[in-house]
Amino acid sequence: MYRIVDKVVKEHKEMRVAFAEVMEEMSQEDDRIIYLDADLINSIGMTNYWNDHRDKAVNCGIQEANMIGVASGMSATGLIPFTHTFGTFASRRVMDQVFISAAYAKQNIKIIGSDPGITATLNGGTHMPLEDIGMMRCVPEVTIIEPTDSAMLRDILRKAKDAPGVFYIRLSRKKAEKIYEDGSTFEIGKIAEVRSGEDVTIIASGIMVAEAITAANALVNEGIKARVLNAYTIKPIDKDSIIKAAYETKAIVTAENHNILNGLGSAVAEVLAENCCCPLARIGVQDQFGEVGDLEYLKKTFKMRAVDIAQAAKKVIGCKYVD
Amino acid sequence: MGREEVLQLEELAVKIRKSTLTCLSKVKAGHIGGSMSMVELMAVLYGKVMRIDPKKPQWVERDWLIVSKGHCGPAVYAALATKGYFKEDELLTVNQGGTSLPSHCDMNKTLGIDMSTGSLGQGMSSAIGIAWGHQYRNRDNYTYLILGDGECDEGQVWEGALFAPQQKLDHLIAFVDCNEKQLDGYTKEICDLGDLRKKFEEFGWDAQECEGHNVEKIVKAIERAKSVKGKPHMIILHTIKGKGCSFTENIYYNHHVKFSEVEYAQAMERLDEQLSTIREMEV
Repeated sequence: MYRIVDKVVKEHKEMRVAFAEVMEEMSQEDDRIIYLDADLINSIGMTNYWNDHRDKAVNCGIQEANMIGVASGMSATGLIPFTHTFGTFASRRVMDQVFISAAYAKQNIKIIGSDPGITATLNGGTHMPLEDIGMMRCVPEVTIIEPTDSAMLRDILRKAKDAPGVFYIRLSRKKAEKIYEDGSTFEIGKIAEVRSGEDVTIIASGIMVAEAITAANALVNEGIKARVLNAYTIKPIDKDSIIKAAYETKAIVTAENHNILNGLGSAVAEVLAENCCCPLARIGVQDQFGEVGDLEYLKKTFKMRAVDIAQAAKKVIGCKYVD
Repeated sequence: MGREEVLQLEELAVKIRKSTLTCLSKVKAGHIGGSMSMVELMAVLYGKVMRIDPKKPQWVERDWLIVSKGHCGPAVYAALATKGYFKEDELLTVNQGGTSLPSHCDMNKTLGIDMSTGSLGQGMSSAIGIAWGHQYRNRDNYTYLILGDGECDEGQVWEGALFAPQQKLDHLIAFVDCNEKQLDGYTKEICDLGDLRKKFEEFGWDAQECEGHNVEKIVKAIERAKSVKGKPHMIILHTIKGKGCSFTENIYYNHHVKFSEVEYAQAMERLDEQLSTIREMEV
């Protein structure tokens, strides 16, 4: 059960702080949890955890491939490994290890890929995972989740721990915009409705949820009621909520911090194409490489701002099929 | 080790060789070269060394075996069948649709297979993770790992080689089936591995070399490895690719081999002769 905050504001705590706190709590409760990192412990705020739990926190060094394989082996003995590195290295650098040692072998590991998409900001194009969801979507049985704020992260991490299988969790390290009240709970595989509306639906994930809400607020001034859905689980995608939105609002915009190819927009397009027809516009990186810059510059450069979403919403509304 | 026990292991090795060929006799093709070169190791592990119970394949405190050169599944299946993990008849299903014995080892399809492998280099890390898990739980079981020498071209092997000594995994015993060949030819001519024992020693392993077709020496090497504490163990087994199979031992391209009914019959006949010789010696 989740509750939406009245006003979206930036959180007080960074997501990585919430991550470290939940890991500490879960670690106290369950000795099967092992934390592995590839020399980015300090970056994800897990230094205290590492120092306090040297018996079950492993710094593998800069060995992402080995880390995923080692985690898979640990899982085979009944442990629940959580691995962390930047999203680029947690996905494309270790794709074959994720595919064979983890997923094909049906192991139980939770892969945290931090700095999703353009949130890698000053690390630039080499460090911007804009294709990680696309690659992970192609690996059978992998669950892909992008927690939106720390309230969701706290609940989803625990749910991921208790659900068997390979999870890829896209985690922003920085302060998120607060969308959900503390104590909210979520169901893996579902979409959360954060704004009701019947004229158009904006399906967003990650940092784009706050942009979608801002867009929806702006659209109200133009007499447009936009529904905002938060697709925090990208795989398995919540088909029912998408089909329902297509029938009820007859126009959809997706907003993702990822290449529009093979990400959330593609997942939604697949559902629409196979189940119902409805105009669709996809906001996200338009098959380009990333670059350095602060977040606002990058949002503007890649046309990922609320204004871009609102414009796309009006466009799809204008394309609605006439009965 | 007494002479009788040595002969028993040698007999088991010939049986595993025969069953390996049986595995591939329906499709008349397979990864025979690398399967044959690790047969004596299979005989030693399954015939003497490993603490296993075929009736409890999921017993967590068993000794685990990760065959990182996963394409050599048939040799492992042959060994597993001799221990009763499944019936010998099942070996005839290898690589046919619906089989539980695929060309590359699959822990979710085959009883007795401890990790899915097939993409070279990955079994190294999985085995390290498994050994780490047992060490974390204070179990006294051993994790065995088999790498190919060609496989040591893979960077992941050397990531693991750095990592395992850091974790002091002294219940990890690894082997390189060093048959000096890879798919396209001799390792020396493709990507020279140099002195593998020295390399692993430099990386912090307890490393030794051993004749890979001598069961007695393999047993001794494992016993010696177990006496060294605080380090993972590497045993470089010097072997011959295609060993003991009349139509693969002396050909250049013997990684994956197609064969005829006649070649199969001749190879099995030679192996039967070897069995008779060993049995005469046993008497």
